[in-house]
Amino acid sequence: MREVAVREAITQAHHAEWARVVASLTRRFGDLDVAEEAAAEAFATAVERWPADGVPHNPGAWLTTTANRRAIDRLRREGKRDDKQREARMLFDDDPPEPLGVIDDERLRLIFICSHPALAMESRVALTLRMVGGLTVPEIARAFLVPENTVGQRITRAKAKIKAGRIPYRVPSAEDLPARVSGVLAVLFLVFNEGYLATGPGTDPVRHDLTAEAIRLTRLIRALMPDDGEVAGLLALMLLTEARHAARVSAGGELVPLGEQERGAWDAALVAEGHRLVRERLAAAAAGVPPGRYQILAAINAVHTSARDVRDTDWSQVVALYDQLVCLDPSPIVALNRAIAVSELDGPEVALAVVDRLEGALAGYHAYHATRADLLRRLDRGQESRAAYDTAIELAGNTAETAHLTRRRNELG
Amino acid sequence: MQYLVSVIDDKSNSATPSEMTAIDAFNDRIQAEGHWVFAGGLASPATATVVDNRGGAAMFTDGPYLESKEYVAGFWIMEAPDFDVALKLAADGSRACNRKVELRPFL
Repeated sequence: MREVAVREAITQAHHAEWARVVASLTRRFGDLDVAEEAAAEAFATAVERWPADGVPHNPGAWLTTTANRRAIDRLRREGKRDDKQREARMLFDDDPPEPLGVIDDERLRLIFICSHPALAMESRVALTLRMVGGLTVPEIARAFLVPENTVGQRITRAKAKIKAGRIPYRVPSAEDLPARVSGVLAVLFLVFNEGYLATGPGTDPVRHDLTAEAIRLTRLIRALMPDDGEVAGLLALMLLTEARHAARVSAGGELVPLGEQERGAWDAALVAEGHRLVRERLAAAAAGVPPGRYQILAAINAVHTSARDVRDTDWSQVVALYDQLVCLDPSPIVALNRAIAVSELDGPEVALAVVDRLEGALAGYHAYHATRADLLRRLDRGQESRAAYDTAIELAGNTAETAHLTRRRNELG
Repeated sequence: MQYLVSVIDDKSNSATPSEMTAIDAFNDRIQAEGHWVFAGGLASPATATVVDNRGGAAMFTDGPYLESKEYVAGFWIMEAPDFDVALKLAADGSRACNRKVELRPFL
């Protein structure tokens, strides 16, 4: 029992303290590499020592102190001349614990540096999951189905670029903040989506490790930037999506479309939390703050999750929100999703005309063909529908989605 | 900290008069702000000579060491306190000369 409790304490400390330890060491030593390695060593030491010595009274302080010592040891071992001065400062500069606000600020710096726009998206994702999320390289490699050394190289190269180019460790200026925040949110949304609709024939259709990690990190950013509307919007969007997960894949491993889901199986607590966030943003919008795309997507999901039965869905509200979204993001994928809502409001024929106009842009996208297949089915155009299902099945990468599309196709008369 | 901002183009010395005006204005600005170290345009790669004197007997090869459609047609060397400042300067430089640029830190 004691062992279990210690393991539990270590897991908890890892979740609560990893980013804090890495962030404070990065500030102190000015080097992500040193910070990461020392943090990892401190947690390894905790695994060794806590079962015998007991869990320290303040695990965060213990981990930070231990990691600081490890970092100093490493810099001494390497004995670089230009580090000598820094080392002297480190040894005599025994900082008192930082006030909470400053430490929180440091985690924010860490988040921003990991998703710097000069880094490739895949590097930003790997670096964020490693440095902020505390996932190991093998864990990240498994999550994205890439070899471990690929992930390792991405992280190493990103750290080298940050160091050589002197990418600053600070929160961006107010003028740059919206663009930089949206860069951070794009990384987290990508992680969430990969978890929510995992690709690859050999993977689980939903990867809860990834959706949970994305939500955890978005909650952290929400705590650090409580006034940012898009942060709240993305968190609400993730919560309202995650809330439906139990109803989203059938016992037989098939994707269940929103309209056919058992709504009693939705997670009421997550729905309520998501709705609270959406209401908060609606109030801000009423006060004249225009919503960004995550807030609008969250509002669309709030409309869906407010309906006890799919027949109660306020489709005109959904279409109105999509109209707003199209103004911000006139991409064909948004137009496709809007068309699905239009099919509920104005019928499949009107929607099909809209969808057909998107062929040039979306011919290689499985959801385009799946949407067409469904609309054609509802219009009793069986043969065309079958052909569209065939193409959608060929292009879909998610096992549960393929199973759903295959059943639908086979049900056609 | 110094950064090299290379101007990428498939022609040399091809700036239009209005581009030249914008480049001059940008240069004046970065001189006034203390970012200027050096800048210049380069003659086309066809005029390059590769020199290899590693063996003691200098070998001369006519032409560039790398043939490519696009090449470095000019550059700035800029002084900036960090990458984000350099990135903004590079973005402004790209806009001024109306070309792609590549930002690279000095060691």
